[in-house]
Amino acid sequence: MTEAVRFKGVSRHFGEVRAVDAVDMVVGEGEFFAMLGPSGSGKTTCLRLIAGFERPTAGQIDIFGESSANVPPYKRHVNTVFQDYALFPHLNVLDNVAYGLMIAGMGKRERHHLAEEALELVALPGYGSRKPSALSGGQRQRVALARALVNKPKVLLLDEPLGALDLKLREQMQEELKALQRQLGITFVFVTHDQGEALSMGDRVAVFNEGRIAQVGPPEEIYFRPQVPFVAEFVGSSNLFDPALMERLSGIAEYATVRPEAVRVHPNGSTQGHPAKVTSTSFLGTSSRVVMNLDGTRLTALLPKGADIPEPGATVIATWEAADLHIMNGAVVGAAGEAHNG
Amino acid sequence: MADLAVRSASKEASPTWLERVSDAFWRRPGLLLAVLLAPPLLWLGVVYLGSLFALLAHSFFSIDEFSGVIVYEFTLSTYAELFAPAHIDIIVRTVTMAICVTIAAAIIAFPIAYYAARYAKGRWKALFYLGVMLPLWSSYLVKVYSWKLILAREGILNWLFETLHLTWLLEAYLAIPLIGGNSLSVSSTGTFLVFVYVWLPFMILPIQAALERVPVTMLEASSDLGAAPAQTLRHVLLPLALPGIVAGSIFTFSLTLGDYIIPQIVGSSRRFIGQAVYAYQGTAGNIPLAAAFAVIPIIIMAIYLWLAKRKGAFDAL
Repeated sequence: MTEAVRFKGVSRHFGEVRAVDAVDMVVGEGEFFAMLGPSGSGKTTCLRLIAGFERPTAGQIDIFGESSANVPPYKRHVNTVFQDYALFPHLNVLDNVAYGLMIAGMGKRERHHLAEEALELVALPGYGSRKPSALSGGQRQRVALARALVNKPKVLLLDEPLGALDLKLREQMQEELKALQRQLGITFVFVTHDQGEALSMGDRVAVFNEGRIAQVGPPEEIYFRPQVPFVAEFVGSSNLFDPALMERLSGIAEYATVRPEAVRVHPNGSTQGHPAKVTSTSFLGTSSRVVMNLDGTRLTALLPKGADIPEPGATVIATWEAADLHIMNGAVVGAAGEAHNG
Repeated sequence: MADLAVRSASKEASPTWLERVSDAFWRRPGLLLAVLLAPPLLWLGVVYLGSLFALLAHSFFSIDEFSGVIVYEFTLSTYAELFAPAHIDIIVRTVTMAICVTIAAAIIAFPIAYYAARYAKGRWKALFYLGVMLPLWSSYLVKVYSWKLILAREGILNWLFETLHLTWLLEAYLAIPLIGGNSLSVSSTGTFLVFVYVWLPFMILPIQAALERVPVTMLEASSDLGAAPAQTLRHVLLPLALPGIVAGSIFTFSLTLGDYIIPQIVGSSRRFIGQAVYAYQGTAGNIPLAAAFAVIPIIIMAIYLWLAKRKGAFDAL
């Protein structure tokens, strides 16, 4: 696999703030790479570093094997879809899409032809003569995508492109983006704070926390085998057990997680397990959620349809298969703990 | 509780006149609008537009050559008088000056406005506003006379050229006909410099307001799509700042067209439109000709605005 982007110990500090702190990562060619994290975790700064809007305080970024240290944004074969789309209000849709080609010196007829093709690609044929202000949010998003893609970038950067869309449109665009990426084979680097989006779209996901990558890997690995408590907490609603609780439960003083759907609930005294007190229950349609207090720690179980739902306040026995209890690697936990405090 | 009940009862029983007025306004929002708009509309409509109309009407009258009395009969002869070579000269000079002042002010104002809109923060921003606005706080006449002293043969500018051993350069410049003169303070260049200085704030502020509305991501997007900074300036920044530049140029252009004090204090004795209007309605008592002269800036501004609109200067508003 060819490397599209490689970060070598890249840092970007704004005064005292370490927005990006000694990040190493590799994005492969043709990969859909999702960067996931809460706001202020450094994921957007990483994207801006690739685009060239920010310059690293330390370290080096290689784009297709070449150092980008002294390459300004307008000389990088990288295009960005901005969070606010940043369409030019004084140009119509066709001229917006054709902007990059116009700058590159392409003739009017040719660039308008290519721009029209790009608009067809994003399912907006015939919208060229409209002004961006006359479009809906979803349509603007597609125009921004067409404007980036028409330049045939080696890497397409997407900065929370679906953030401003409503849920239904967002789900539709997620699938379209994924299909488009497969069709074009361009490397996509996608920034989002929505874990569902990152997991469903990314070939690989990098979870950012406080300027560092907490974990990087395929979505299943991130979801089922989080290496650090932060990832377990941020990605989905996993139950997180701290070392003190784990020591009491199983004698292993390590962080551990268990997925809510792996937790079973039994009436008190009916079986061997961990006694817990039910604090609340809620009906979710295909399943029911039971929140319990396990020795001072919040424990959530997702019970399938038809299971007996205990009353709030009742004491129950919670069990799970040993295989479902994922014990985290101690060394990584320590490092993440430092990042947490710093 | 009892006290409250009594009060609310009395409120319903006999509302004060203020409450009645408030209630009436609430029931009919149009009434409030009418009350608020009436004074400014009276002022604009009657006092301003009325006198402007009276002025325009006078331009279609003429003056009796012998008695100097205005003949109230419709004629275009006053306008024909405008086409006398001496008058054409005045018009061309004024318009040329207004164009030069506007272009110079725009060129100087743009970087200042760009800095203020993009980079200045907090205290520096306050300092910018103070720096731009402060000259507007002092008297216009004081500023113009100060410039007369600065530009005079004994002034600081001459001294500076002398200290730098560049007097020959200044002399050579002043020897150029039309823009030169005996000294800077009695040359068209002097008039130009003072005009640019005095009207500059009126150019900076609208451009800054326009630039402030341009999101940074717009410039980043342009750069991302391959545009070098100069191309971004030409294809994104200038078109988006154009409404501000046009707004500023309306100020600088029309103020220069109408001013009669600056060319009188600083500059050659060749007249501008404002001075012509002043002279004809005052000492000469030729109000029709003065009115006809006053119509010229109005027509020029109308053409200018029409052109600006056609070029799409207000599309981004």
